[in-house]
Amino acid sequence: MSPQGEVIFRHRLPVRVMHWVNVICIVILLGSGLQIFNAHPALYWGADSRDATLILELPKFPGWATIPGMQFLAMGRVWHFFFAWLFVINGAAYVLYTIFSGHLRRDMVPTKSEWRGIGRSILDHIKLKHPHGDEAKRYNVLQNIAYLSIVFVVLPLIVVGGLAMSPMMDSIAAGWVDIFGGRQAARTLHFIAAAIIVAFVLVHVFEVIVTGLVNNLRSMITGYWRVPK
Amino acid sequence: MKSKPYFEQRRDRRKLLRAALVGLASGTLAGCDAVTQNDTAVEVLRSAESLTRNVQRAIGRRAMAQEFAPADAAPAFRANGTTNPAGDAYAKLAASEFAEWRLKVDGLVQKPLELSLAQLREMPSRSQTTRHDCVEGWSCIGQWKGVRLSHLLGMAQLRPEAKYIVFHCLDQMEEDDEDSVYYESIDLDDAFHEQTILAYELNGKPLPVANGAPLRARIERQLGYKQPKYLRRIEAVSDFASIAGGKGGYWEDQGYNWYGGI
Repeated sequence: MSPQGEVIFRHRLPVRVMHWVNVICIVILLGSGLQIFNAHPALYWGADSRDATLILELPKFPGWATIPGMQFLAMGRVWHFFFAWLFVINGAAYVLYTIFSGHLRRDMVPTKSEWRGIGRSILDHIKLKHPHGDEAKRYNVLQNIAYLSIVFVVLPLIVVGGLAMSPMMDSIAAGWVDIFGGRQAARTLHFIAAAIIVAFVLVHVFEVIVTGLVNNLRSMITGYWRVPK
Repeated sequence: MKSKPYFEQRRDRRKLLRAALVGLASGTLAGCDAVTQNDTAVEVLRSAESLTRNVQRAIGRRAMAQEFAPADAAPAFRANGTTNPAGDAYAKLAASEFAEWRLKVDGLVQKPLELSLAQLREMPSRSQTTRHDCVEGWSCIGQWKGVRLSHLLGMAQLRPEAKYIVFHCLDQMEEDDEDSVYYESIDLDDAFHEQTILAYELNGKPLPVANGAPLRARIERQLGYKQPKYLRRIEAVSDFASIAGGKGGYWEDQGYNWYGGI
């Protein structure tokens, strides 16, 4: 064993590739999504947009946050829909991979004892106390809850909310969009889901930095990760 | 050669990473703007449009848009784009309640038509309360009454070469540009769809000027910009490359997708 600790193979190639495709997709979908949102920066709850359904009006997002930088709805839509396809294909491949490779069952679903240790895990996260040695080789319970809820709740919600905004998709089984409270409510859910993803990414990047930026980045590029002693 | 102490290596690496991350963040948006200027790259991005259209058409060619109860209609239907066409010609038509107005149906048809508003009102009608979705993001529910486009196309008898229906309008989008007259085009799937109507009534009253008087198209499974107002002529064509900017519609010529089902 080297003096700096044991090195393990942590992330297999498909996971690494899909992770970075995801990074590109999320950045572009967010920027182009804000561009689209700027065309009508208000949110409603219901089927349509009227005073009675209005819930939030926002100022336009600044040009540095949007794709393209200037106000250009048509081009924002072109970017958004191309990367939406890529994002959905990549996400579906990831879900299939996690299920059939055993990654989901083996690494992501928390065990009974991990569930029981959730209180301690919350305290450890608040104190920025991170696991070492063998304990660090497995994702911790909060990490897994975050991953699972993003993959199986928030991402499906953002995709369905996006589809609900398509008038043609709404016609496929007329009225299905009412399950989400109507088209404008689905638009609001799409926006809320995007905000949750931004929050997830911020926490994710924060944890990546405080638990060893170089080590973590290297493991998502080469697959190899040094276990903290 | 003596290597640097470990803490210095770590500091160097950290600097490098920080520079890389800052570069990545500012480079992404600048890079996207550069891509937007590149025609080939934009072509690649636009390829998703035909994928979307083909998939959506495959799963719902005859699907019907959701219909609401008339009571769900918004108190005032939101008007967007042109709300009062400029020029004396339109003002004169409006002053006589469109008695002088005619709708032409021509192009690749066996029997060209020229119809008055009164003649359209005498034809079999369809009423539908539907949700109008604007590309900007808002929606508005309204009750429409009009004649099915398929009825007129049946009367005019399309020639086999006809692939698209082009709507020519009365409103000019830019004051000093005569080539900026609004137009739109749809394929025959939408043209013959049950809910595709030419509406002359909104919420039980004659179509207001702000919403496209005397006649506007309702193409319920597409966004608002695909549903032109102030109609004057319906033309059957085999392709629309020679019309205006060649992209099939006023907004399409400004970069919007021809397929507006999403």
